[in-house]
Amino acid sequence: MLRVIGVDSLDDLVRVPDAVALRAPVEVTPRLSEIEIAERFRRHAERTTAGAYTSFLGAGAYRHYVPPVVGAIAMRGEFLTSYTPYQAEVSQGYLQAIYEWQTYIALLTGLDVANASVYDGATALAEAAIMAVNATGRKAVLVSSAVHPNYRAVLRTYAEGLELAVDELPYGADGRTDLSSLDAALAGGRYAALVVQSPNFFGTIDALPRGAAEKVKATKTVVIGVVAEAMSLAALAAPASWGAEICAGEAQSFGNAIAYGGPHVGFIAATNEHLRRIPGRLAGKSVDVNGKTAYVLTLQAREQHIRREKATSNICTNQAHCALCATVYLAAMGKTGLRDCAALNLARTSELREKVTSLDGFSARFDGPVFNEVAVRVPGRARDVLQALEEKNILGGIDLGRFYPELDDCILVTATELTTSDDVDRLVTALSEIPVRAAARV
Amino acid sequence: MPAFDTPLIFETGRDGRANCYLPEGPPLEELLPKDALREELPLPDNSELDVVRHFTRLSQKTFGIDTAFYPLGSCTMKYNPRVNDAMANLPALRDLHPFAPDHAAQGALAIMWELERALSSLFGMAAFSLNPAAGAHAELAALLIAKAYFKAKGEPQRNVVVVPDTAHGTNPASAAMVGFKVLSLKSDAQGRVDPAEMRKVVGPDTAVCMMTNPNTLGLFEPRIHEVSDVVHAAGGLMYYDGANANALMGNTRPGDMGFDLMHLNLHKTFTIPHGGGGAGAGPVGVAEHLVRFLPNPVVRAHDADGKDVDASGWRETAELTFALDFDRPDAIGTMRSFWSNFAHMVRALAYTYANGADGLEQVSKLAVLNANYIRASIRDVIDVPYDEINRHEFVASAQTLKRETGVRALDVGKALLDRGYHAPTVYFPLIVPECLMIEPTETESKETLDEFIAALREIVTTAKADPEKILETPVNTAVGRIDETRAARQPDLRWRPPQTP
Repeated sequence: MLRVIGVDSLDDLVRVPDAVALRAPVEVTPRLSEIEIAERFRRHAERTTAGAYTSFLGAGAYRHYVPPVVGAIAMRGEFLTSYTPYQAEVSQGYLQAIYEWQTYIALLTGLDVANASVYDGATALAEAAIMAVNATGRKAVLVSSAVHPNYRAVLRTYAEGLELAVDELPYGADGRTDLSSLDAALAGGRYAALVVQSPNFFGTIDALPRGAAEKVKATKTVVIGVVAEAMSLAALAAPASWGAEICAGEAQSFGNAIAYGGPHVGFIAATNEHLRRIPGRLAGKSVDVNGKTAYVLTLQAREQHIRREKATSNICTNQAHCALCATVYLAAMGKTGLRDCAALNLARTSELREKVTSLDGFSARFDGPVFNEVAVRVPGRARDVLQALEEKNILGGIDLGRFYPELDDCILVTATELTTSDDVDRLVTALSEIPVRAAARV
Repeated sequence: MPAFDTPLIFETGRDGRANCYLPEGPPLEELLPKDALREELPLPDNSELDVVRHFTRLSQKTFGIDTAFYPLGSCTMKYNPRVNDAMANLPALRDLHPFAPDHAAQGALAIMWELERALSSLFGMAAFSLNPAAGAHAELAALLIAKAYFKAKGEPQRNVVVVPDTAHGTNPASAAMVGFKVLSLKSDAQGRVDPAEMRKVVGPDTAVCMMTNPNTLGLFEPRIHEVSDVVHAAGGLMYYDGANANALMGNTRPGDMGFDLMHLNLHKTFTIPHGGGGAGAGPVGVAEHLVRFLPNPVVRAHDADGKDVDASGWRETAELTFALDFDRPDAIGTMRSFWSNFAHMVRALAYTYANGADGLEQVSKLAVLNANYIRASIRDVIDVPYDEINRHEFVASAQTLKRETGVRALDVGKALLDRGYHAPTVYFPLIVPECLMIEPTETESKETLDEFIAALREIVTTAKADPEKILETPVNTAVGRIDETRAARQPDLRWRPPQTP
């Protein structure tokens, strides 16, 4: 091969000027055999002990049952090892799967169109906000403080770049967004969007009340609905039905592993009016030269590789494989399975809420219906309660004080269809025994 | 590629043809107030067999590395060892919750820390953050870091990003998302950035110069340190787009070339399957003066005495303890919902273990060898506008072929599809007419390269004898050429339930 190229050695091929030669040797890891790699990761796994605990963690990443058929299909090499389907003739399968994903998301959110996915729920919200900014020409967004704190944090990061103002609406005594100051906030015509999450970070169903969306839209402000727990879409009124024109969300719950937070799969759905402002990939249906149905990536004129700095977004990828897992999951579960699953989530949460709040000193922090998580007020500081639970091999939830200092006596506890009655009883027993409870009584 | 029709999943199945995955529960209506409840859920019920058959058929109509050779320039489509996936699927890692307390996530944190250290050493950066989800996301993070840096320095007027015309389209788009103005810089006749030209455009408003080296023509920029000096002298920062990092591991480093910021596409260089377009992974690396601006969280390591470990280079982690640090006042914030595309970090570290420093150096050398071998083997039949030693990829041009036969770069690509190969990247970079960008990667054998070369030569021969035969390709694929104009003019982006009368 070197002879064909016309050089004497491999080193001649990669020679660089002295000025840019390595200044120090590269030290990475020792080179290991495959057996040794497995052994080393076995040790990493052994030091990752969370699986030995009974877990009530949720807050944006959810443990759900994944039928093995999802992994069996998703691990097929054609799906795993293909690239973005630019060459449509040899990518009809993936393109059709993306078209099916777009359809599932549109049907679940009640909106007209959806994209081929974005990085995750938080970046979906940031991109949705940019869509609203581009639609209205306004440089501020109004966000409920009951939107996932990490999503709000990411929105602020993006806002820093685009020099957008991010203002917040407080949550009310019922754990829902307090809309009492909304009219005043909207009066100036300052906001590109109002952002509300349902179920919100506290698990509380926070769909806009009847008539609210119309009032918002009358000021030409875009309603963005956020969904961090996609399973809720199977049971709750679709975001479009309570006024969302853009819906930004996270679909990890549909057949994707939690994996310490990634990769997950964000989605953006919107009304037709916003179609050309949707970032990222879109698969469309067309025909080939013989008139046969064919799928292809479309509306690429919005994208960075053509529009460069005038693109609607810098996104040049999507979470295709995670979206594929979700699509296979949704197909396998079907309408019936999905509704059953959502019902089980509600039933387990209801059991959890009843049993925990029947304990002395424990109460639901907010009234009203929740989906699969609930904010529980504990006697004492949340972090002490959680630490005491950890000593009993239970991950009892999130310390809400981490994000809301005023809620440092509350934990966010999550149940899904994988939470058993035994798990709930173990939690209740542990809570009844922990010393902090005794201390609080004194 | 099979050509059978596959109806949409929404067009198959029947109500009640549901799978029994879950125990029976109470009906939804008993669990929620009526106004909160969804009225209808218009999704199909399919049996598991229907589902398996449907998606298996779709997979058969999908081209992947596992099906054949993928010489897609700038995308680095190499083989992904299966051990990587096996490690990512270890239950303790796969099922780990991002809010698990640090003490219950030590192994996962060790993986992230080890990878960060390996990347820092390999690319000559002081530190990496694994937070961004993809290359373009990392560009955004890096430009936010630059913006924060100049703000902290009291130079907020620096609002221009210089981008050579060979840059990836994400560079200008990312710059725009951070409120920077984009200044496009023309490369010289040799396809390189000329330090003298750079000197003319930089000044007190220069924030960042975004480059990749080797550039998108696959050419190494030998005067990169001079370019860096010019930009630094003007007070700007140098950003390295790591899309082409597969070409230089163990050979030279962005840090040694004078770059202050960089990203990597782990899904390219570190054998993470591309999965049809994602998920990717895009760590962002910085020089010492920018470490404090890295997005949150970062992983900290402590030794047995509880002291902060600031290890450069490799270090065993069994004796260390780890924590996620969110308490960093200068951080640009956080870029995504959680900490990283962690499952991909597992894959990338498994690949690093499999190679070590010497192996990674060899990876780059072989990638360069393979690309040059194809270039040298086809230059007598097709234009190679920059016919010199290139790196891991090179550009050919169908300009002469088009003039003589009417066969364009696009047609050459389609003809390759018919012969069982993925098409090269076509019409990028924009500065080469009728561009075909070819990147074989190091994982292809000489036999595969020879077969590909023979296919390419045969296509050119056929084009000269009977261009129609090429223009009508592909005919061996699931569908023929697609009406893209119709797809864009009459967007059909979803199935709709049939109207009920």
